[in-house]
Amino acid sequence: MEMIELSIDNKVLRVKKGTTILKAARKVGIEIPTLCHMELHNMNIENKPGSCRVCVVEVDGRRNLAPACITEVTPGMVVNTHTVRVLNARKTIVELLISDHPYDCLVCAKSGNCDLQSIAHKFGIRRVHFKGEKSTYRKDTSPSIIRDVDKCIMCRRCEMMCNEVQTVGALSAVNRGFISVVAPAFEMNLEQSSCTYCGQCVSVCPTGALTEVDSTNKVLLALMDKSKTVIVQTAPSVRAALGEEFGLPAGTLVTGKMVAALRRIGFKYVFDTDFAADLTIMEEGTELLGRLKAHLAGESNAKLPILTSCCPGWVNFMEHNFPDLLHIPSTAKSPQQMFGAIAKTYFADLIGVKRQDLVVVSVMPCLAKKYECQRDEFKVDGNPDVDFSISTRELADLIKQSNIDFLNLPDEDFDTPLGESTGASVIFGNTGGVIEAACRTAYELYTGKKLDVIEFESLRGKEGIRSAKLDFDGLTLNIGIAHGLSNARKLLDDVRAGKSDYHAIEIMACVGGCIAGGGQPYHHGDSKILRQRRNAIYREDKNKTIRKSHENPYIIQLYKDFLGQPCGQKSHELLHTVYYDKSREEITIHHD
Amino acid sequence: METPVNKPKQLRIALRNCGMLDPENIAESIVRDAYQALGKVLKEYSPQECINILKQSGLRGRGGAGFPTGLKWEIASKSKSDQKYVVCNADEGDPGAFMDRSILEGDPHSVLEAMAICGYCIGADKGLIYIRAEYPLAIKRLKIAISQAMEWGLLGKNILGSGFNFEIKLCYGAGAFVCGEETALIHSMEGKRGEPTNKPPFPATSGFMKKPTNVNNVETFANIAPIILKGPEWFSSIGTKNSKGTKVFALAGKINHVGLIEVPMGTSLREIIYEIGGGIKENKKFKAVQTGGPSGGCLTEKHLDTPIDYENLIAAGSMMGSGGMIVMDENDCMVSVAKFYLDFIVGESCGKCTPCRIGNKRLYEILERITQGKGVMKDLDKLKNLSYIIKDTALCGLGQTSPNPVFSTLENFYDEYYEHVVEKKCRAGHCKNLFHYVINEELCVGCAACKRCCPVHAITGEKRKPHYIDSNICIRCNECIEKCSFDAISIQLEPKILV
Repeated sequence: MEMIELSIDNKVLRVKKGTTILKAARKVGIEIPTLCHMELHNMNIENKPGSCRVCVVEVDGRRNLAPACITEVTPGMVVNTHTVRVLNARKTIVELLISDHPYDCLVCAKSGNCDLQSIAHKFGIRRVHFKGEKSTYRKDTSPSIIRDVDKCIMCRRCEMMCNEVQTVGALSAVNRGFISVVAPAFEMNLEQSSCTYCGQCVSVCPTGALTEVDSTNKVLLALMDKSKTVIVQTAPSVRAALGEEFGLPAGTLVTGKMVAALRRIGFKYVFDTDFAADLTIMEEGTELLGRLKAHLAGESNAKLPILTSCCPGWVNFMEHNFPDLLHIPSTAKSPQQMFGAIAKTYFADLIGVKRQDLVVVSVMPCLAKKYECQRDEFKVDGNPDVDFSISTRELADLIKQSNIDFLNLPDEDFDTPLGESTGASVIFGNTGGVIEAACRTAYELYTGKKLDVIEFESLRGKEGIRSAKLDFDGLTLNIGIAHGLSNARKLLDDVRAGKSDYHAIEIMACVGGCIAGGGQPYHHGDSKILRQRRNAIYREDKNKTIRKSHENPYIIQLYKDFLGQPCGQKSHELLHTVYYDKSREEITIHHD
Repeated sequence: METPVNKPKQLRIALRNCGMLDPENIAESIVRDAYQALGKVLKEYSPQECINILKQSGLRGRGGAGFPTGLKWEIASKSKSDQKYVVCNADEGDPGAFMDRSILEGDPHSVLEAMAICGYCIGADKGLIYIRAEYPLAIKRLKIAISQAMEWGLLGKNILGSGFNFEIKLCYGAGAFVCGEETALIHSMEGKRGEPTNKPPFPATSGFMKKPTNVNNVETFANIAPIILKGPEWFSSIGTKNSKGTKVFALAGKINHVGLIEVPMGTSLREIIYEIGGGIKENKKFKAVQTGGPSGGCLTEKHLDTPIDYENLIAAGSMMGSGGMIVMDENDCMVSVAKFYLDFIVGESCGKCTPCRIGNKRLYEILERITQGKGVMKDLDKLKNLSYIIKDTALCGLGQTSPNPVFSTLENFYDEYYEHVVEKKCRAGHCKNLFHYVINEELCVGCAACKRCCPVHAITGEKRKPHYIDSNICIRCNECIEKCSFDAISIQLEPKILV
């Protein structure tokens, strides 16, 4: 590799050819400020349009200032990162951005997490010398995501996420000049676009331009209502990230404290979505084996590969982009919805509460879950199985509002019966986790043998598309795994073209899986945080005594007392769903 | 003996055939030597030899920046790739400019031929013309020209039996000024948003569909065939030391003969304005000429005798641009001129980078304040500083040159800015907030003609008695002055204190 010698702020260094000034400077401890640039290291995600111009530096012999994030080093380059010329330009750029920004930091959802706010603070901006018109745009509220484009600084991170990482194509820059905005095609609302509500745009937005729909007030109102019994379920990834909101290092497991906090907030029963994840494995695993057996028996209508269906962002993506393949995903509902269905039937009967008086709240790392719980097919007489879905961030807000000293809480256990779970359900949070959990169960049910090694290491990893061959006692099972919707699209294109030889495919909309979901604490472009969360999930699995879904005693009990057989009639009524073709939704163009 | 009087002022190279032939009939072009150069290149020269001829000729890009064309082709020819492209930039967007349009409408084969020569030199077999959809006649004639050239075997497979293939397709632009910037143009052709990206990579290494692409302007291409046929020495004998050949300008504004002209590089502004252009309209006093389009600058009386070439224009605070030339007289307010161009830029910026998207808007707003008489001295410093930062930090050529109208008017007409700000006066009588109409009581006979025509009822007065104009209501439409038969109404430049 060709090495290039240059100097940055009088420090001489040698870096590989092709390195940008920004990355070269980091090697010698010089942190050039950036705003639009964002990189998730080792995850192949980088946004560098070079558009904000905050990172400009002075290069000897160059006519104008150079953007450090996209300018590659050249031999003998002399770079100065903090001359008066540079500082003046940088401050002016940030002042310009602020001059076209609403001054409502005090009431902004992103306050404290806003990159524009931090950079204004860092640069010591106390006055904005430019006053003038501000670009304004209509607010756009969808079931999951709110667009407040007035706060957009055109960093294009959301666009990169939506188009390159997810290939959803819901957001891109439109219009020219001062009135340029990032918007869906034809300036429609998000709801009319092909948005999957994966929320990856929200998780990278540096300002309050993209935020989640806040349901905390609805939850608080339900909690205050004496006629309601309010119960809560928490998804596996929440416990691996919630601590970050209270200053704990990324990857700290706060399961016990989270349960204690929820109880103090006022939830009557604190349950675990993991329980429903075990249930999902029973249903999905059984469905897989059923289809596999049909396939092996040579039945022509056997539908393989089977696709996992627990990720609502992915389900939306499929409904929009692969309506011809709607017959192949597992019909099993997601754990969130399975939990709701069981809570409002089995559990409501158990405690003698009417469906209408039971309020189910879910805490999710995900924004698509907000949309999912509002889908019509998950309602009975207009009453949803899951009433409100809040994100990990919203839960942190609720805890803070409830005057709870989170860090000093004792560890408490989930309630029974819907709070008991296995290690298999915990790993749902990581890419490859669902299929690993399914294989733990499917293997034992299919072969009748005990697994020697519970971990399927071949299914773990961080590559966007992975495949593994598993030996089911002589039967080779081809497993595919994709996370990030661009990778999912590749696998699905193969399936559509008949080129796929997978028996089962796990798909997660977000790169990394639920631990990196759109509702998680903001990572600010630090991929170490995501890695720590991932490790925490596997640690939680290891700590569990029961690590296979079909061994969960409360699941066994549930089938015995209520459901009967996996994929039986009752299961089909309560735990399975159908998918809809959303590809030809009528397009209505909004006029202001 | 050659004297300045009988020296030919105009010399047509790029426009050599415009108006001389029927552009919809290839035979007429061929009579006038079309495709001779292509034949010569294919038969006699290797690609590098042809590139060397261009390098010797000293031809520089006519799109504005003036990059040496031969060098550009050489870089593209040295890029290794299985596929390369030749792109013709026909996205002429400067207000009032129509040089490229005339060439495409009047002599399309000159461009097609040159693109094929370029394809041969750089190793491309595909050409694309990015043309604005607002040029329907040019599009029609290009289409006819392409199909006729294909029929005659001058484009397509195995051209003139040489084994060289070249085909040309059209791409339509939606009329975005920024798409004249080559990276934005390429993105637009790819179906993406027309916005620039950082250079490097230059299109010569990674352009259309990430393949090496050579982008030249229409006028540049129109110069190629004559260079091949007449030789580089002929071409380089025309012009100045570093700017060879001719340049087409679109002469507009307060000048007697408006229209396209083509003059050798080095011609002075005085020759263009007073000899070719016939002088200023109504014999008014020359004030400035704006060159280089919205991102150019204003040249003043002191530049009248400067020979026009790439370097001199930049030294004078303007640029060649694509060749717009707008002449202004004493009735033009230079602050308003700067404001006009900023308004254009604010609307045409792609909106990608902060300094261009927001900075230019703020520049415009400051200028607007000044023209409204609300400016303060600090605004002049702000204008200068912000202009400097936009130039220093903007992403593409459009952004980096967008404050040029401000720089050059501040530099050359500081006294006008000063008057607007301190004396609240617009000497050109252009800024509506800075003058008002008064009725001379001694001359007014009270005929009420002004009162009747005033669209906002700002004029009051009894019949046969002197009338009065309320400046607070008046919208300065000038209607009353034109209606008054007694010259009783006049413009007073000092602003009236408005309540």
